[in-house]
Amino acid sequence: MAQLTLKVNGKAEVLEVEATSMLLYALRDNLGLHGPRFGCGLSQCGACTVNVGGVAVRSCVTPVSAGVGKEILTLEGLSSNGKLHPLQEAFIAEQAAQCGYCLNGMIMQAKPFLEHKPNPSEEEIRQELSNNLCGCGTHLRIVRAVQRAAKAMAGGVS
Amino acid sequence: MITKASMSRRVFLKGSAALVVGIGLSGSLGKAQGGEALSRSLNPGDLEAWLAVLPDNTVTVYSGKVELGTGVDTALRQIVAEELYLPFSAITLVQGDTALTPNQGYTAGSQTIQVGGSQLRKAAATARQALLQLAAKKLGVSLDQLVTKGGYISPQNSASPRVSYGALLGGQQFHYAVDPNVKLKDPSQYTLVGTSVPRVDIPAKASGKFTYVQDVRVPGMLHGRVIRPPTTGATTINATLEGVDESSVAQIPGGVKVVRKGNFLGVVAETEWAAIQAAQQLKVRWSVEKTLPQMGTLYNYLQGLKTSDQTELHTGDVEAALAASPQSLHATYQWPYQIHDSIGPSCAVADVRGDQVVCWSPTQGVYPLRGALAQLLGVPERNVRVIYVEGSGCYGHNGADDVTADAALLSQAVGRPVRVQWMRWDEHGWAPKGPAMVMKLRGAIDARGNVAAWDNAVWTPTHSTRPSGEARNLLAGNLIAQQVPTGGPVGGDRNAPVYYRFANNRLVLHWIPIASSPLRPSALRSLGGVQNTFANESFMDELAALAKADPLQFRLNHLDDPRAVAVLQASAERFGWKSGPRKASSVSDIAIGQGIAFARYEGRNAYVAAAAEVEVELKSGAIRVRRIVVAHDCGLVINPDGLRNQIEGNVVQALGRTLKEEVRFDSQGVQSTDWSSYPIITFPEVPTVEVVLIDRPHEPAVGAGEATTVVIPGAIGNAVFDATGVRLRTVPFTPQQFLAQASP
Ligand code: FES
Ligand code: FES
Repeated sequence: MAQLTLKVNGKAEVLEVEATSMLLYALRDNLGLHGPRFGCGLSQCGACTVNVGGVAVRSCVTPVSAGVGKEILTLEGLSSNGKLHPLQEAFIAEQAAQCGYCLNGMIMQAKPFLEHKPNPSEEEIRQELSNNLCGCGTHLRIVRAVQRAAKAMAGGVS
Repeated sequence: MITKASMSRRVFLKGSAALVVGIGLSGSLGKAQGGEALSRSLNPGDLEAWLAVLPDNTVTVYSGKVELGTGVDTALRQIVAEELYLPFSAITLVQGDTALTPNQGYTAGSQTIQVGGSQLRKAAATARQALLQLAAKKLGVSLDQLVTKGGYISPQNSASPRVSYGALLGGQQFHYAVDPNVKLKDPSQYTLVGTSVPRVDIPAKASGKFTYVQDVRVPGMLHGRVIRPPTTGATTINATLEGVDESSVAQIPGGVKVVRKGNFLGVVAETEWAAIQAAQQLKVRWSVEKTLPQMGTLYNYLQGLKTSDQTELHTGDVEAALAASPQSLHATYQWPYQIHDSIGPSCAVADVRGDQVVCWSPTQGVYPLRGALAQLLGVPERNVRVIYVEGSGCYGHNGADDVTADAALLSQAVGRPVRVQWMRWDEHGWAPKGPAMVMKLRGAIDARGNVAAWDNAVWTPTHSTRPSGEARNLLAGNLIAQQVPTGGPVGGDRNAPVYYRFANNRLVLHWIPIASSPLRPSALRSLGGVQNTFANESFMDELAALAKADPLQFRLNHLDDPRAVAVLQASAERFGWKSGPRKASSVSDIAIGQGIAFARYEGRNAYVAAAAEVEVELKSGAIRVRRIVVAHDCGLVINPDGLRNQIEGNVVQALGRTLKEEVRFDSQGVQSTDWSSYPIITFPEVPTVEVVLIDRPHEPAVGAGEATTVVIPGAIGNAVFDATGVRLRTVPFTPQQFLAQASP
């Protein structure tokens, strides 16, 4: 076991973890977070996506040590003081979920994307999410939610 | 009239005031559970609480039907709130818990709204009727003088004050059995049912606050993983555990323990990472018999098996009509094994102490699983409590029950709570598969261009090997006892009978014994409905082509049900269907075409038609679906947006099943054990989807969870034919498949 400090959702957390373990298990098991999800452990589905240093990464294949000294943001950290992030609001407004298991990955992949590309076309959104899997077929609503969030984030009305 | 019944043993209201409506278990509830047998014998006279009106004017519903990600949590609350004239927010739903909720069998087969919803509606109406009687007494007016609004009852045309439901309880408990003949609210009075109430679960799911079963943690919990034989996914395991070298994991910190029971093998550890490492590094020796057929010969293999045959229907004289017809055709359609596409692999937590068992499980049936677990663990059934916690969308019998058994066995062995999270390869490889099927059709056209004969032969195993109280139906039970699962013939006949009117019509079912099914078969969305409708709607199109008829008109000519005609016409109209002789347009290398398909789900439920536009890249054989229009009639619509969500999901998932999904296996077992070896649909491949809802408020609400799935493959295959003249009869429609058929 190794002791290390991670900065998660703005808070420094001291953890006891196996040095070889992956970030996903530290977030879920040590910190009890529900946002990042286990889907494949193989970097194939995106369910485990978190933002590290403002970049979408797959925490199931990211060694926990790689998170040290970086700002780690999870789905929980998107809302502050009870105010949801425009992406979260958009997913609710579009009712963009069936089981919702993939939602974490969709939102955490879309967030840095929209921050860098404020007015994406539908085609670009589909490309950005092309490696995020949804087994329920919620794709069309997810695309609409990202479009809606893009407008809101760019200052439009959501 | 309402009959007062005795106190329910399941009411956990502990003496607090309530008006409880329960189920006499001898009643209708025990039957009609999606065609899948109930495991538990029903005790006549036993009453189980179903809903309770509480003093604060709220209602708690104890629902045996559970939320599987399809929105029924919201829809069921809408139904109860509507019938009781309460705001939506006044309803709480407790789901699937053997200690709290009645036995409503499985949540499956699109039966939740259709059967569960209508039963619940009666329960809610019974409560209201009882409240009205209490109010009549209290206010001293007759029943017909009372009006109900927002949880209050008041006398019509009178200044007497209104009285709340809560006040009517007067601190007492009342118990009623559901009145099957209770007067229901007239749908024209509905204010909540029929509106798009937002789903109750989505805010938590979008913000990381939702607790899926994968998030359940209990004090003192260990992490477990399982190690399986190399005969991945086979119905008959055909492997024996020869030896385990525990020293191979001794160096892993985290107190790894190895648990073995026959061919069942698992590890537990203090941390999840240690359990994952141990499961991967544990040195195990298996002896294996390779007994699966060559994958390339699967469909011939299935037809060569000894089957139990049943002539499901025969009207007229099919052979004579075939012989007498100037034009006839035959064609064989094939459908592969498919998986459930659950993005989160199955997970469960179990706490077994002595003979007391508590499990948190994503199962579709807490009661049938309870019986199977009791048998597996060797404890009395009454000592087992199974609590449903939602997992990732299952769309049928995935690994949910199996993983619960794994957790329970490991917990029993180590005496502490154990959480088992299946790895991706466990779910892909070992969860039951939607069965491969073969449909062989013959048909003929008469002189007027109508169908003179229709002859269908179907090869299918059962589509349900659910737990049903049997330990052997759990993977761990199969491993320990070396007994393949059991189950009666279910689902392979779904939508095999066509809804068209043919004078000479025959259907023969060849049921494949479970043990002969190479891979372990069970329920996947629509059961055999999608395979059979693919074959029927493709063959209908082949006959239309033979008759040189427009595929839409040809279908209409053989239908006499106005609701069937209405969905076909609605989808064609919105789609912009081009009737009459036409040349498929093709731009250089790309051919574009239109296709249509229709079904009435299960021959008695939702009506659905889909029209598809596809483009085929002739050189590469790649098929792209551009647009799908669905017209859907499932009677009374409870929640239009929820229904659209379901329909869209059906379309997109079915598209992946049609174009891409196929479980690959070799003589030993399944080889598709991750998303790269079993690809599913991705964002760039998803077409435009348009949905036309036909609301019929005075028709019963029937299920919508799977109906749309069944028409999608036929619509796409027919559009490919329209575009290219190439008929695809084997799913998935990969580029290789197209090219093989295009140049035979
Ligand atoms: S769980 Fe990390 S990509 Fe699937
Ligand atoms: S909503 Fe279920 S996986 Fe996307």
